Parts: sequence; structure tokens; C-alpha cells
Amino acid sequence: MPSHYPVDASRTDLAREFKANPFGPHRPELQRVVTRLRWCEVPGRHVLVTRVPHREWVLGRLSGRRGVDVELLEDQVFTSRAEAEWAVFKLRWQAVTGKTLDID
Amino acid sequence: MDKKIVGYADEISVAPGERIRFMVSCEPEISRYRAEFVRLLSGDTQPDGPGYRDEPLPGAAIGEHAGRRQAVHAGAFGIVPHHRVFEGLESLSLQVTVYPTLPEARRACVLSKTDPAAGAGFALWCDPREGMVLALGDGDGGMRELATGRPLIAKEWYLVQATCDAESGEVRISQRLLESYARDTSTGSARTRLEGEVALSCDAPLLVAAHSRERSRRGRPIPELVFNGRVERPVVASRRLDEAELETLRYGPLPAALRPALCVALDFSREIDSDDIVDISPNRVHGELVNLPIRAVRGSSWTGEEMNFRHAPEHYAAVHFLEDALYDCEWESDFELVVPEGTRSGFYAAKLTSGDQEDHIPFFVRPPRGRASAPLVLIAPTASYMAYANWRSSMENEHGELDYNHLAEIFPEDRYLNLRPELGNSMYDHHADGTGVCYSSRLRPILNFRPKHGSLWQLSADMHLVDWLESNDIAYDVLTDEDMHADGVECLRRYRCVMTCTHPEYYSTPMWNALYAYTQGGGRLMYLGGNGFYWRVAFRDDKPGAMEMRRAEDGSRSWIAEPGEYYMAFTGELGGMWWRCGGAPQYLVGNGFVAQGFDFSSYYRRNSDSFDPRAAFVFEGVGPEELIGNFGLIGGGAAGIELDAFNRHYGTPPHALNLASSEKHTDSYLHVNEDVGHMYLPIGGLDDPAVRADMVFFETPNGGAVFSTGSIGWCSALFHRRYDNNVSRITRNVLDRFLDAAPFDDGGG
Ligand SMILES: [Fe+2]
Repeated sequence: MPSHYPVDASRTDLAREFKANPFGPHRPELQRVVTRLRWCEVPGRHVLVTRVPHREWVLGRLSGRRGVDVELLEDQVFTSRAEAEWAVFKLRWQAVTGKTLDID
Repeated sequence: MDKKIVGYADEISVAPGERIRFMVSCEPEISRYRAEFVRLLSGDTQPDGPGYRDEPLPGAAIGEHAGRRQAVHAGAFGIVPHHRVFEGLESLSLQVTVYPTLPEARRACVLSKTDPAAGAGFALWCDPREGMVLALGDGDGGMRELATGRPLIAKEWYLVQATCDAESGEVRISQRLLESYARDTSTGSARTRLEGEVALSCDAPLLVAAHSRERSRRGRPIPELVFNGRVERPVVASRRLDEAELETLRYGPLPAALRPALCVALDFSREIDSDDIVDISPNRVHGELVNLPIRAVRGSSWTGEEMNFRHAPEHYAAVHFLEDALYDCEWESDFELVVPEGTRSGFYAAKLTSGDQEDHIPFFVRPPRGRASAPLVLIAPTASYMAYANWRSSMENEHGELDYNHLAEIFPEDRYLNLRPELGNSMYDHHADGTGVCYSSRLRPILNFRPKHGSLWQLSADMHLVDWLESNDIAYDVLTDEDMHADGVECLRRYRCVMTCTHPEYYSTPMWNALYAYTQGGGRLMYLGGNGFYWRVAFRDDKPGAMEMRRAEDGSRSWIAEPGEYYMAFTGELGGMWWRCGGAPQYLVGNGFVAQGFDFSSYYRRNSDSFDPRAAFVFEGVGPEELIGNFGLIGGGAAGIELDAFNRHYGTPPHALNLASSEKHTDSYLHVNEDVGHMYLPIGGLDDPAVRADMVFFETPNGGAVFSTGSIGWCSALFHRRYDNNVSRITRNVLDRFLDAAPFDDGGG
């Protein structure tokens, strides 16, 4: 079950703050948003699948089932973990608020 | 890159002259691989890390081997061998009490004695739609079935009876919910009259909780359609018994009048500390359990009056069977090593390579038996390695990302494991039916027991300490937890100093006793980790490589033991936290688990105790205001991941010095629940003063001493500036003093 916390889509300032420092520590106000976005069930959860250790990752989505492989999103390859955090943050922001984040 | 070679070894610790065998399985595209033996020097391959290093084990041959695939047959079940009492069966009665834990998933076999090809024998199935099903051989390659038609409810007890009477031709099956709920519809029965022949006899073994159509290389039935859940007192009789007669066989002694009718009556309340299944019928057709189904679990007659299975075994007459339990892969050996005489004690591995594929199968070389070859011994925490063996958390943990506050990284080993449920679980995982995993084994490929694993945890994190010892030319021996368990304090007494790795969390009673006797006898102990000495575990002499634990009563737990199931089947000991068993880590080493978090690590600041002359040797060359370990390869600090604190109330010796404490932890560090009697909001590192690591020193009787850092992150800071840093300096200061024979002042004059 997702957390109760509502994400206010107008607070793009918090999104920018996350982008600038995706690994934190975050101010409490931002951490609440981050927690909400990270709070997702296992099936479909985004993960970083190692392609080249310490250098390259491809975005994946967990099946949530033993014996069923993680789905690889081959067009989403990252060479920095921070970039990957931001890409997933935007995807989840949209999924939770219904609004696209218009920040690059 | 997908992983294509895996393997395991039959031993974990070998002395020179002893043999160790390696079992390997390759994907079909690997036709050959090379196997060499290496001493492991360093593991962490991250860009700022020391990198992976090894060196050949002198005198060990390099081999080229053909790749082959070896199968894993997971599934915990019971086998009772065929016996003449099963021959010439014309009528039949079956009774069993069951507690299905995953009845909705698929058809599962509760009891079978079948020859599917011949269409002979009998079986009881639990079917998601049809409920309990009786299957009888038709003598012509098929089985006739009769079902109650009522699905069973998960986690409820049912009495199941089935009969086939040759004379009247009547066949009957019933299931009765033993709990009394209003509006229950899961009790039911069915009857029919036989049309045509039945063939009830075959020479297959009787299987409990599994069906089988094939045998393994060793001639054992390969289980399929394993029943997840508890089974109690299966009874097979060779004539039709009525319901009341059958019910008298449900528990307790067998009525004399019915004994001649019985083929077997399996009483799982006997020999709980073994794999034995005891037949209490006059035929004594005993059997055995395979792949460690859970014993010492509540049966249908458990009342809550007794919590210890040894006090009321009849309340623990059930066995919990599981489709994904595994003890020993039983693979054929691919190559072996007789450890050459003169091999230095240390961390080693069989290194397998083929093209860009690679795997390491770690093992430990101990010094020649009865001898020490260095004044220092490093204890490889193999019990903790086993507890974490094949940890599936990164792909299964419901709250995983919330723990780490960043995206989960999925390493090739994680994917390999996820695609192979048959490789079993760690003690942090749940079985397919949701049951917490209370047994582990090392007789299977363990994907996270690898020196280069991308997640720095257990062995891969311990490589930081190995690297430090190697790079600083410090002579050391290695013993494992299993050595300490088997040999006791004798194997430690040969050393001036005993050093732990980063996360020695799981201790058996003999291990605990050995370490305590060592420090009490004037030994010196350096505990360089966190969350140590936390859970009590058990081994069984007749089950090498297997370990048991119960996440009982209290503690930070990935699952919680069921009521009445806190006692370990292997030994009868109370399981759970050592604190709750009378041996708090604070008592043994001065500090104990208090908080964990996984984002940023922090540093220590010296406390006033650090200026006590008794501790002067620790801080030689370290300034009074210097921050200790504000650097490191795990989270950027020496104080991180899992933290232990000084606590007089839990057992820290009264004279112990609290030398330094960490501070400024983030809110992802949370005060452990065993300390939190009832809930309050600020239990994170930003607020709660309990969230910190304490560095502790105290003297022990007979001139010994203990130094504890209380942080898993400590060893990750050793490498900073090529070992020129205050974490490395403090570790070296303590080691030098601890290796010095001069006794510590224990106050005895
Ligand atoms: Fe731990």
C-alpha cells in the first residue's frame, strides 16, 4: 500500500532541490515527498540493474515474482546514479500527482 | 552481464593436508572453464576502493574442466521406504491432519505412494478448487479421483480421512475444519462406489508432502508439487476403518485393537532434533525428512500452555513442509584440492573463469590443527555468512528503497538468484508460503558469498579488513565460526589476539562460550564490527553445513517467529536475541546493537574516557579534537550501517571506558525496536541520542582486554589515504598493544 502522504504538484521547488542533491540528506519537507515516491509495491518497482559495475546501469522494473526476471528498459541507460535517481523521481512524480514535471 | 557459472564447496574450513571438493554448474554455453586456487587479498572494486587482488595458492594445480549443468531439487518432504506391509493392499484407510499455508496456489501432494507409469498406488492431494482429493491407481496408467469439492482455507487445521473398501466397493473422503467458525463451508465429504479395478500397491516409497515421478542420481525421489504447510500424524491402514476408529489414531498412543490394521502411523513429535520420522505402528517403518522442513512447530493440539517443544512434544507433532527449502544440492564434485602442506592460513577461493565469465567459491585455510602460525587470528564469521546466504531482499523487500533512501541496485548475482527459486533462501527471507526462513545451508551456490560482490556486506565488506592486514604485512591466521563452534576456546587460546570481521551477528552457544572463556582467560579481543553477537543459532553435528535460528520474541527482525516456536529444533535451546538468552553483546564486548541506517555513515568524536591513561595506547598519534573516521568506503564514514552502543544496564562491564562516540547520524538511522518499549516519533538519528556507535575498551581478568568499535563501517575506513588515517592508526595501536604479552592491569595486583 502506498503511503498516505499527498504530494503537492505545485511544489516544483522541492523537485529542483531533489535534482540538485538526489542522495540527500534532504530537508524534512523534501524527505516526506521522497519517502512518498519511494514507497511503492515490489511488482513494477523501478530498480537500477548493473550493466558495467560502478559505471553503467539500465533501468528495470521488478516482477515481484521469483522465477520472473526484472524487465529491462533498454532505452534508459545511465552512467551516473544521480541521473537515474532524477529520471525515476520524474516518473514517479507524474504517476503520483498526475502532472508531468517540466524540469530537465 | 548474466552469470553463467556457479558452484559451492563441501567444506568451509580446511587445514593443510585436508581435502575440499568443489561442485560446479554451468549454463549450456560454457563448455569449458578454468579453475585455479587463489589467496584473496582484497575485494572492493569501486573506483575509490583498493580493488580486487589475489595471488595463486602455491603448489595448487590449475585445472581445465568441462562445463555441465547440475540440477537443484528443492522442496522439503518426507520419505518412508517401501515395506512389505504395503504389498497386496486391497482396502485402504488414510488419515492426516493438515494445515495448508498456500492452498490457493496450485495442486499439492500431502501423501503419495504411487507408480504413475503403472497407474498404481494412492495419493492425497490438496487442490485449490476441489479441496482434498483421494487418488487411487487404476492399474492401467491412470488414477481415479474422488474430491470433497471444498477448497481449504489457508492456515487452518483440517482432519482428512479417506477410505477404500474392496468388499463393498465404497470409496470415501472427508475434510473437517478443526476450528469452530460460524458459517464455515470448508468442511465436507464425498463418497462413491468403485467402478472397475483399483491397484493400491506399488513399490515406490511413501512420500509425505510430495509427489515424485523421477529419481535423482542418488536414487532418491525428486519431489514435485510439494505441499506447503504442516502435516501431522499421517496414518495408512490396510483395511477400511470407520471415522471414529480413525479419529482415535489422530494423536496419543495407538489403540491395541487397531494396531494390526496399520501399515504406518508417523509420529512427528518424536526425534524432533533429527531428520528421523518415527513410525509408531507395529511395523516400525521409519523414514526420514529431506531438505530440512521445519520441526518444533505447533501442531493441531497446541494449546499455549507450553512454549517449549521438549516439555510437551505432543503439542509439536507437526512438520512444516516447504516447496523451496533446500539443504544440500548434492551435486557431483567437479574437482578437489588437497591443501598443500605449508599453505598459509587465510581467505581463499576456487576462481573459475571462462571467457568473460567468472565465479569465486570462497573457503578458509586454517593453520595446521593444534597449532597457531601467527599471534593474531581473524575469525571468518561463517555463521553470519550462512545467515545471509542467498539474501533475496533487493528484489523482494517490500520497503527496500525506504531503508536505503536511494534506488535499489540489482547485481547480476541478484538476477541469477531471482530466476532460481530452487537455490533457497537466506534467514532474512520468507518461503514461498510466507513462512520465515529458520534454516540455512552452505551446501548450495551462495551468490552473495563472493569477494567482489557489488554490495559491500559480510564477506565483500570483510575484504577491507583482509586488505588492511595484507597491505600492512600483519601476520594472521584464520579460523571460522564453525571451527570455534567445534573446537571451543582451545583453538583461540593459542593466540594473543582474536579479531572479528565487520558483522559477526550470529553465534551458537559453543561459539559464545569459546569467546567469553577466551577473554576471561586473559585473551585480547578486537571487535571491529557492528550488530555483533546478536542472534543465537544452532548447529547439528549430524547435519554439516546447516544452521538454525528463530527470530523470537524481540529484536530487529525481517520476520517474526510464531508464538510457541521460539525453541530451536536442533538443540532445544531458546532461540532469538542473545540479550534475551542471558548473553547480551554488551556483556561480551562492551557495546551492543542500537541503531541502523543505510545512507550516510558518520564519524566518532573522542569522549573524556579516551583521556584515561588506561586508554592512552589507543589514541597515540590521534589529536584530542580529531574527528575519527570522517571518511570511508561505505557511506563515507567509519561509523555506519549498524551501530552498537555502551549500555551498563544491558551488561557493559562497570569499569569499561566509553572512548569515543559517533554523532550526527541521519534520520535513516533508527533506534532499534528492542529498545523502544512503546512508540514515540523521534527515533531517528537527527533526534534520538541513542543513535550512535560507542567505541569501548575494558580489561578482562587475567590480563586480557576487549576493544570494540561498534560499527559495520569501521573497516571500510581503513584504506583511506592508503591506510594513513586515524582509523587505521587506532586499529594498529590497539593491535600492537594486544599482541604485546604484557598483561593488562585487571586490578588484581
Ligand atoms: Fe545484521
